[in-house]
Amino acid sequence: MVETRKAGPVTADAPNKRSDANWAKPVDRLSAAGVAGARDDAVTGKRVSGPLQGFGQLWQKSFTVRLDGVDTTPEAVIATWKAHFPEFWPKGQRFYAPLSGIAPGEVALLEIEPVPGAPVRLSTGVLVLYADEESFTFMTPEGHTLSAWITFSARRDGGVVVAEAQALERPSDPFDDIAYKLGGNRQNNKFWEATLRNLAIMVGVPTPVVDIHVTCIDGNRQWRYWSNVRNSATLRSARRTMTSPIRWITRRG
Amino acid sequence: MTATVIELDQDGPAAILRISGDITSASEADLGAAYGLAVANGAKAVILDFSKLEYMNSGGIGLLVTLLVRAQRGGGRLVATGLSDHYRQIFELTRLDEAIEIIDDEGAAVVAATA
Repeated sequence: MVETRKAGPVTADAPNKRSDANWAKPVDRLSAAGVAGARDDAVTGKRVSGPLQGFGQLWQKSFTVRLDGVDTTPEAVIATWKAHFPEFWPKGQRFYAPLSGIAPGEVALLEIEPVPGAPVRLSTGVLVLYADEESFTFMTPEGHTLSAWITFSARRDGGVVVAEAQALERPSDPFDDIAYKLGGNRQNNKFWEATLRNLAIMVGVPTPVVDIHVTCIDGNRQWRYWSNVRNSATLRSARRTMTSPIRWITRRG
Repeated sequence: MTATVIELDQDGPAAILRISGDITSASEADLGAAYGLAVANGAKAVILDFSKLEYMNSGGIGLLVTLLVRAQRGGGRLVATGLSDHYRQIFELTRLDEAIEIIDDEGAAVVAATA
């Protein structure tokens, strides 16, 4: 039996939107050689680890903000987002962009304060998996607290441009899963809500409102990925924090 | 953007979703509906035929993850066939190939899916 269904209007092709070059090239192990400024590189030598390779439940999260009253285009919003990406992050969180900017295949390094005032800062990163004129997507490496893809996009909804961050994420290992349940999930939501709000303010929305939708796509844990803990950025960063006095003394000696 | 067109070919427990055009996040409703129809008609394994796919962005790849979870929850399987070299590499890069088996030959894909 054959049935045919159609979806969506046919629109003129925009070459930049439909190029194979919008995707990162295949890579076995990541390299952060093109990134300056970060205190630690916990990404070089790691593989990517997406929502299929995480331990915890699978969540889909969508953070959207309508850019009411702003005369702009989706392409302009994404260009701004790419160019100023670290500036939209809440205070205390650091994004070290690759020197060539947010482009397919580039790797960025992150320093994350898991909770405000925490003595340990997590060092991890992301791969730019995909980027075109209206969206870009990051994929996490082994060791990140989340095994995830997150897509930043802008589109027209009627006469208004809407910016969105949409994530598909699983806590990476059992410890990350516990932390996620104990407040990490909520912190993560606040992080992206603040990021979207900061973006909207920069493009000219005085009092932006961020809509959040969170859905559990898969309530099962993937126990076969319990061993992701061996790459844990959390444990690595904790070790580095505890041994930093020793390393300081060693450097001076 | 080129419209998403999904044709359903079904023979008992194996169904083939023949995808042409683009797969983006806008394809969610139609891909989901076609999958649901296949399962409602008794499919235990669904083969995604990408031989006429024109373009897939990262939103489209995300759809495959949610479709895969839906299949696994129902005890079913997803198999991919007809991938170009480029999209096979994308499956490998995103590690989607660790969960969705890729079989180049459609006949072999049907046999494997119903094994």
